Amino acid sequence: MARKTECLAMLLAGGQGSRLGILTKTIAKPAVPYGGKYRIIDFPLSNCVNSGIYTVGVLTQYQPLELHDYIGIGEPWDLDRIDGGVHILSPYQQMQGTEWYKNTANAIYQNINFIDKYDPEYVVILSGDHIYKMDYSQMLSYHKQKEAACTIAMLEVPWEEASRFGLMIVDEDGTIKEFEEKPEKPRSNKASMGVYMFTWEKLRHYLLKDEANPNSSNDFGHDLIPAMHEAGEKLVAYQFDGYWRDVGTIDSLWASNLDLLYPGAGLNLDDPNWKIYSRSPSSPPQYLSETAQVLNSMLAEGCQIEGKVDFSILFDNVTVEEGAIVRDSIIMPGSTIKSGAVVKYAIIAENTVIEENASIGKRPEEVNMDSWGITVIGSNITIGKNVCIGANEMIDFDVLEVAK
Amino acid sequence: MRANNVLGIIYSHSYDESIPELTSVRTMASVPFACRYRMIDFPLSSMVNSGITQVGVVTKTHYQSLMDHIGTGKPWDLSRKREGLFILPPFNNASPYGIHDNRIQSFVSILDFLRRSRHEYVVLSDANTIYNFDFNKLFKFHSKSEADITIVYKNGKRPKLDNIMVLDMDDDTNRVNEISLSPNGSEDVDYSLNIILLRKSLFEHLVQSAFCLNHDVFERDVLQRNVKSLRVFGYQAPGFSAVVDSLQGYYSTSMQLLNPKNRKTLFDPDNQIFTKVGDNVPATYSYDCNVKNSLIADGCIINGAVENSILFRGVHVAEGAIVKNSILMQGTVISRDSKLNCVITDKNATVTPGKNLSGDESFPIYLGKRISV
Repeated sequence: MARKTECLAMLLAGGQGSRLGILTKTIAKPAVPYGGKYRIIDFPLSNCVNSGIYTVGVLTQYQPLELHDYIGIGEPWDLDRIDGGVHILSPYQQMQGTEWYKNTANAIYQNINFIDKYDPEYVVILSGDHIYKMDYSQMLSYHKQKEAACTIAMLEVPWEEASRFGLMIVDEDGTIKEFEEKPEKPRSNKASMGVYMFTWEKLRHYLLKDEANPNSSNDFGHDLIPAMHEAGEKLVAYQFDGYWRDVGTIDSLWASNLDLLYPGAGLNLDDPNWKIYSRSPSSPPQYLSETAQVLNSMLAEGCQIEGKVDFSILFDNVTVEEGAIVRDSIIMPGSTIKSGAVVKYAIIAENTVIEENASIGKRPEEVNMDSWGITVIGSNITIGKNVCIGANEMIDFDVLEVAK
Repeated sequence: MRANNVLGIIYSHSYDESIPELTSVRTMASVPFACRYRMIDFPLSSMVNSGITQVGVVTKTHYQSLMDHIGTGKPWDLSRKREGLFILPPFNNASPYGIHDNRIQSFVSILDFLRRSRHEYVVLSDANTIYNFDFNKLFKFHSKSEADITIVYKNGKRPKLDNIMVLDMDDDTNRVNEISLSPNGSEDVDYSLNIILLRKSLFEHLVQSAFCLNHDVFERDVLQRNVKSLRVFGYQAPGFSAVVDSLQGYYSTSMQLLNPKNRKTLFDPDNQIFTKVGDNVPATYSYDCNVKNSLIADGCIINGAVENSILFRGVHVAEGAIVKNSILMQGTVISRDSKLNCVITDKNATVTPGKNLSGDESFPIYLGKRISV
């Protein structure tokens, strides 16, 4: 038996993130690079250790190789521990047959044994889809103070965007009265952040009940929490004020990365009291040459810049040759933008080469706004010389050089 | 013979006294170098990349920052149950001298450690030497030459330090005929980088004999004295290498890294230089900064102009500030409208607004740790 743990975190990291298209072709969404040196999963993992939660189960399923490699034994987050630490929980064979994780609640259900081993009072359910800094220990205090069965982190979103979220109708003392899933006419702007704090005894009970219900889709938001609500359990909303973004789409991933360049956006990663930890490669310092012109940008180690970079995020070991231009874009690790190439409003995935004088992406002003969008170039491919790739494209194959 | 039959020994306080500015608060091995490294990262990473699995780090005084840096050796993959990294502090055995004050005494104080190691060979390295090369090639040369001792050398102006061995070698075989210690003259010579390979048993024997005779200069009494009786060979260091011999030398060696050719061999992607992770955010460049020909580390926030400079982690350069030909160590803050030329700032130094500091390439100004101007 492991030492008793007060609060344990279960991090749902098995999702494909299909709306990220080719960026998640071979990696799970939580492993998608973010912010120059991080991956999305660094945020919930760092939040856990910064909140004093040192036992974290990470549930993986879709394309887990890179994610497993990345998490390893959890050392970058100080989660390599004698007792607790990070545990990768993949679907496993059982006597009565083998099942994939059918849905979020089912994934936790299949790991009840893991949680029981630590005998926690509370379990916080997190997802690997969001960029935010949050102190879960404060949420836990609130949960205890309210004597709730489940506390749901909630964020007030702009009314015009409210219909995109799962919303909660909350009374003055914070008790949740009603749920609305992506309603056309929202009656509330209090959106769920997908962070749930449960009293383990209650959660365990409802997981068993949910599993026994053949009509359930075994989802926290659709099934388990509404079932708790119907049964009269106390559900409360915990208000979060701060930067929080779902980076599940190309547009939101791109925009959230560039938010790092606006001090006013509210996401400060340079905070010694709330560091975001990551597994960093060992790269030499970045070098800006005599011809480099870097403005409004964030660059990671190992970058070699001889061209122009404006309003962009460059991950480690990106090369921008002399005469190349990168604007309003995100360039992931190890990619090269060769001389004369222009990259605008684009996401270039890892280890890709944009050859001389190629042009990737368009400014919104250059095309019809309805057909405009961020262009994405997949990993490990080459875009040949002089190739022009317009707005709103997604390319995951080599494109051969064309004549000028 | 493979490098994994070799024990690495790094002499962490080599020539501490040659840069009193940088070593008053730390030992040579933990002097910050090249934006994000400490001096010891270079010999340590070279050893590890060559397959060496056990390294002893000899220390003398003020080695707290070194211990803080290397910890259990994890970043170099040397945190091991079997072998790995060993810090060898002074006062280790009942030496009548207490703290060792020369190389021979310090090597005698680690004889126990040497005897316990399973390795057949030992490679010694100083910590004021910057290099990145494959020791396997050195070993191949050593065995092919049937050498007793192989000394790695570089051709150029010898460092201005005591007891630097200058080698007189046979043209064809590189057998060393004569060793002179810091001879006068300013011509290019073949000088030792103080990376020395020999059989462990021979090393133990030589050190012990010299100690019994009360000898005190390793280079003179162990190497120079035995140059005729033993087969001593020289091996030319490949790629970029440098010996830091003074504050000016530290400055010029750092500046050589602005040359892409030097960086290419020192930061070979297949033989990476490892260091302790800092968990800083990527460097941030503002809308009106201007950065040219500079090396920048993570965590820097640059709002001003930076040219021909080396910025360590977390350096802030405010609007209107101009930094030229300078080396700014971790956490340095350059405030609004200040101008710096040929300045070295130590960790967490601050230059308040509107100051003008200018040194010369031959005489850089040094601002100490946490000093505010």
